[in-house]
Amino acid sequence: MDILVCLKRVPLAGSTFLLTPDSRDINTDFLGFGISPHEENAVEAGVQLVEQMGGTLTLLTLGPTDAEEQLRTQLAIGATRGILLETEGEDWDPQATAAALVEAINAEETKFDLILFGAESADSAGYQIHIRVAHALSRPIVTNVKTMKIENGIAQCERAVGSVRELYETTLPAVITVRDGLNIPRYPSVPGRIQARKKPIEHKKPEPRVPKLEKVSLSVSPSNSTGAQILGTGVEAVPALVDVLRTIGVLA
Amino acid sequence: MSALPSKAKAVIIGAGIVGNSVAYHLARLGWRDLVQIDKGPLPNPGGSTGHASNFIFPVDHSKEMTAITADSMRQYKERNTFTECGGIEVARTPERMQELTRRITSSKSWGIDGCRMITPAEVKELVPYIDETVILGGFYSPGVGVVDSLRAGTLMREEAIEMGALQSFANIEVLGMDVENGRIKRVRTDQGDIEAEYVVIATGCWSPRLAAMAGAFIPLTPAVHQMKDIGPVPFFADSKGDIEWPIIRDMDTNMYERQHGTGLEVGSYAHRPILYTPEDIPSNAVAALSPTEFPFTQVDFDLQDEHSLELMPSIIGDENVREKYAINGILSLTPDGMPILGETPEVKGLWSVAAVWVKEGPGTGKSVAEWMVLGESEIDLHSSDIARFHEHQKSTFHVKARTHEGFNKTYGIVHPNEQWSSNRNVRLSPFYDREKALGAQFYETAGWERPFWYSCNEHLLAKFGEKVMPRTSEWEARWWSPIINAEHLQMRESAGIVDLSAFAIFDVTGPSALAVVQKLAVRQMDVAVGRVVYTPILGINGGFKSDLTIMRLAQNHFRVVTGGAHGMADKKWFSDQLPADGSAHIVDLTSAYTTIGVWGPRARDILASITKDDLSAEGFTFSTCKMIECGPLRVLASRISYVGELGWELYIPIEQGAKLWDLIWEAGKKHEMIPVGIGVYGTTGRLEKSYRAYGNELETEYNVVEAGMQTAKIKDQEFIGKEAHLRHRAEKPVTTLCSLTVDDHTSSTGEKRYMLGKEPILTLDGGPIVDSHGRRSYVTSAGSAPSLGKHVLMTYLPTDLAVMGAKFLVEYLGEKYPVTVAGVGSAPLFDPTNERILA
Repeated sequence: MDILVCLKRVPLAGSTFLLTPDSRDINTDFLGFGISPHEENAVEAGVQLVEQMGGTLTLLTLGPTDAEEQLRTQLAIGATRGILLETEGEDWDPQATAAALVEAINAEETKFDLILFGAESADSAGYQIHIRVAHALSRPIVTNVKTMKIENGIAQCERAVGSVRELYETTLPAVITVRDGLNIPRYPSVPGRIQARKKPIEHKKPEPRVPKLEKVSLSVSPSNSTGAQILGTGVEAVPALVDVLRTIGVLA
Repeated sequence: MSALPSKAKAVIIGAGIVGNSVAYHLARLGWRDLVQIDKGPLPNPGGSTGHASNFIFPVDHSKEMTAITADSMRQYKERNTFTECGGIEVARTPERMQELTRRITSSKSWGIDGCRMITPAEVKELVPYIDETVILGGFYSPGVGVVDSLRAGTLMREEAIEMGALQSFANIEVLGMDVENGRIKRVRTDQGDIEAEYVVIATGCWSPRLAAMAGAFIPLTPAVHQMKDIGPVPFFADSKGDIEWPIIRDMDTNMYERQHGTGLEVGSYAHRPILYTPEDIPSNAVAALSPTEFPFTQVDFDLQDEHSLELMPSIIGDENVREKYAINGILSLTPDGMPILGETPEVKGLWSVAAVWVKEGPGTGKSVAEWMVLGESEIDLHSSDIARFHEHQKSTFHVKARTHEGFNKTYGIVHPNEQWSSNRNVRLSPFYDREKALGAQFYETAGWERPFWYSCNEHLLAKFGEKVMPRTSEWEARWWSPIINAEHLQMRESAGIVDLSAFAIFDVTGPSALAVVQKLAVRQMDVAVGRVVYTPILGINGGFKSDLTIMRLAQNHFRVVTGGAHGMADKKWFSDQLPADGSAHIVDLTSAYTTIGVWGPRARDILASITKDDLSAEGFTFSTCKMIECGPLRVLASRISYVGELGWELYIPIEQGAKLWDLIWEAGKKHEMIPVGIGVYGTTGRLEKSYRAYGNELETEYNVVEAGMQTAKIKDQEFIGKEAHLRHRAEKPVTTLCSLTVDDHTSSTGEKRYMLGKEPILTLDGGPIVDSHGRRSYVTSAGSAPSLGKHVLMTYLPTDLAVMGAKFLVEYLGEKYPVTVAGVGSAPLFDPTNERILA
C-alpha cells in the first residue's frame, strides 16, 4: 500500500509566546519547531500500516527550506521519502496551500491509496486543507478519526462527535484526517536518524499564488492560569490537598 | 514570604549552584544580612545548573581547576549529593594515548590518586556495552562521580537560611544597579531597591548583562552544548539509581556517554560552535523548555550519532532505544577557558562568580567567599581573576573569536605552548615590521605580538651544532625551535636585542606614593631616586601575589614594571591600596612606553657607541636607572637583567621606539648583536639563573622563604603579608625551591624526550613526594639550559630532600627519567657569582 502523509512545520511554544512587531505572526526567535501533534499520529499510523502490509510512506510538506528538519525526523521514524514544496518562509493561505499539494500529488507517479492529514495544524488550525485536497482529488474524506482499521482496500474509521461515536467505512483511495489518541507516536532512534539522512527528499518550488485570504492580526489572550498554588508543606498540607482532590473529583 | 529587605550586607544575584554556594560560605564565614534573589523560581531557576550533565572528572591539566574541583567534590560528598561511578577517557588515536599519559602525570602532580591507564579489554570489563575494537586504551579515573547540583545548592541555601544569615527570594528581576564614587551602592529590582555593601553576580550566562548595569565587564558568552538522552536501554533495566556504570569520555570525538537511570545520555563538544549573547536567552515564560535549554538542532549532531554508534553499537544501534530528550543546553564560555572570579576592576564591591561549571561550583563558592571575607582564598585563583583581562579582551569581538576557537578544544589535545590563531595582531610594538622582516615567530601575550625566536638566526644552528639540544620528538618540537637555544648561546657570546613591549607599566605618584609602594613591596622602597627594586608582592598570608620591579624616579614618583599576562591584576592590587584621600594616583603607561632589552657581554659597547652618558660599572651600577641620551632620544635606562647578562632595559615613549631600535641595531652590527626572542628571555636565560616566574614558581600557595627569596634583613615598615612573612622567616621552611637537571633523556624507544613542565617529581621507587603541608613536588618550570648543556627543571622539594646531588625521578608521558638536584634555593646554575651581570 502506498501512503502519503501531509505535514506542516510549526513552532513549539512555551507557556506563553511573543508576537512579531506587526502582530501578524508568532515570534519564533526563542522557539524550536516540530509538526502538529495530530500529524505525529498520522505518521505513526502510516509507519504501522507499511510495517504490516508493505508499501511506501511518502511525506509531503509545504514550507521553508528548514522544514527539511521536520521531514528528516519523520523519515527517522520510518517513512520512505519526502517531498518539500519550498516557500520563501511565509505562511500560504489554505486555498493556495491545498492547490500546491494537489499539484504535487498529481505529479507523482505513485497513486496513493491513502492520504493522511492531522486533524488541524497546531499554529493556524484552519481545518481546510484536507477537505480542499480531497475535493480536488475527488476522493472521499473522513475527518477527526480516532480509530482506524484498513483491510482489503476498505478503511474503517471511528470518530467521536460529542458523546456519540460514529463509525464509517470508505473504500480506498481516500483521505483521512486523524487526531491524537489514534496511537502512540514513536520517537526516533539513533539508527533511524542515521538511515533518515540517506533517504531521499525531493525539493520542489511551487508556483507562488496570490493569497485570497489575509491574516490581519494575532493577539494573545490573557492567561487564565494563576500559576501553581502552594497549599503548604509537610504533613500540615495534607487536609488542604485532600480538599483539592475531592473538588476535582479524584477522591469521592 | 516576607518583603524584600531594603538593606543588605551583600546581595547575591543568582540561585544556581554558584549563588547558593557563595551564600552558604559567606554565612559560614560569619557574614549576616545576606539577600539572595533570582529571576526564576526555586529550586530550579532555569539557569545552566538545571540541565547540567552533573558529572565530575577530577583531573585537569590546570592545578587551580583541579584543586577547585577536588574541593567541590568534597562538599558534594558532605551533603550526600555525590555518586561515585568511575570514569574512563578513551583514546582512538596514538596521539590521544600520549595525551592520556599526560593526564596521568597531571593526576600525580596535583595529587589525584588511583588514576591509571587501562587496556581496551579492561575498558570492556568495566563498560560491557563498549566496542573495545574502536579504542586503543583508556585513562581510568575511579573517583569520577555524578552530583545532584540542584539538591546540593538547595541544601546550601537552606543551611545559610538556618544560620539566620540569608533571606532568599525567587521571581525577582534585577532592573539596574547604582554605583556611587566607584562603589556599588544598590540593586534595583521589580520589587524594590536593596542597598548593599557587596553585590555578587552569580548568574552564569546572563552575568554580562548584570555587570553592564553597573558599568562593569564579565567577558563571557553563552554557548551551546548538545545533549541527547536515549532509552529505555534494556541493559540498564535493572538499574537502581541514577548511575552505576562508569562514564565514558570519547575524547577524540569530543563526546561523552553516561548512564542516566535506564537511559543513556550522549553529550558533545564536537558540533560547530554555536554562540549567543545574553540578550538571546528567553525568559522562563517564553522559553519552550527552560531559558537555558534551547531547541535541539539535530543537523549539528548528525556526525555525533555516528560516532556514538561506533563506540556503543549494542545500545545506540538498538532500534528500540529511542530519543527521550535532546537539548541545545546553554553554558558559559570565556576567551581563555577559565572562570571569571573576583571583584570587578570597574566597580568596588561588585563581585563576579561566573563561567563556573557544576564540577567547580561549591569549591568556587567557598574560595570566592574567603576572598570576600578574609581578603584571600586558600586556593590560588589567579588564573580565574576577573582583573586579568586587558581592555581589548573585554570586547565582544575578542570573546566571540576566542570562544569560537576554543569550543572544539574542550576535549582537545592542547599543547602547553599552543597559540591562539584568532584575533591576533591586536597590540603591535613599534618594532613589529622590523621583527617580521627578521623572520620573527610571534607568540601572543596579553594581545601583544612578541617574537619568540627569529628565523634570521637559523644560521647559528650550524655554528653551535649539538649545543642547541635539538629535539626529535614532535610533541616537544611543537611550538619550539632550536633557534631559541642558538640565540641564547650567541647572546652569551656577544649581545641580543629583546622586544619587551608586553610589559605592563604603571606609575604611582603623589604625596603618598611612597607609602603605597611601601605597603605593597616586601623590599625597602624608601631608596635613593634612581634605584630599581625587584620585590615580591605578598598576599595577607605571606604567599606570592606577584613579583615585579619598581623604579624610584623621583621623591613621589615610582614606576612599576610587571609582566603583561598578570599586569592588569597587579594594577588592580595596587589600585586597591590607594588612600581614600586622593593623595596617591596610579597611571597606566603600558601603551605610552615601549621597552627594549639589550643584554650580553657587548651590551655596554653597543650602547656606549650611541650615548655619551656614563655606562661604566661604577658610573651605572646594577639595580639603578637613569635618563640617558641616545642620539636624538632621551631614554630611561634601567640596569637589571632577567637573562643573567650585563645590560639594560630601555624605556622610551612608544612613538620613538622604532628610532631607538634602529640606533641600537646599527650600533650592534659591529658587535655581532642578534635579535633575541622571548624563548630566551622567558625560559632559557631565566632558568640558567634560577630566576623565578610568577604563576610558575610563585603563587599564594608558596612563601618567600620557600622560594628562597628572603633577604638578610627585613624592613621596619609595615607591608601586606609582613606578619606571615616574619613567621615564615622564623620557621624552618617546609619546602625549598630547587633546580634539577635531567641525567638521561632516553625513553624506552631510544628517543630523547624533554619535559615541558607540570610533571611530577617522584622518589627513586616511583612514589610521590609530598611535603608536610600536603603539597606535591612537581615541575614548576622546564626548559633548556644551553650554556650548561642540560635540561633544567624547577621544583619545590621538601626541605630535608632539597640537597645538592640528591637523585629523583621525573615522570613524563608514562615513563620515568632520572634527575639530580643541581641547585638549592635561588643559587644560579650559571655564573653563580653574577660576574656577568655585574661586569
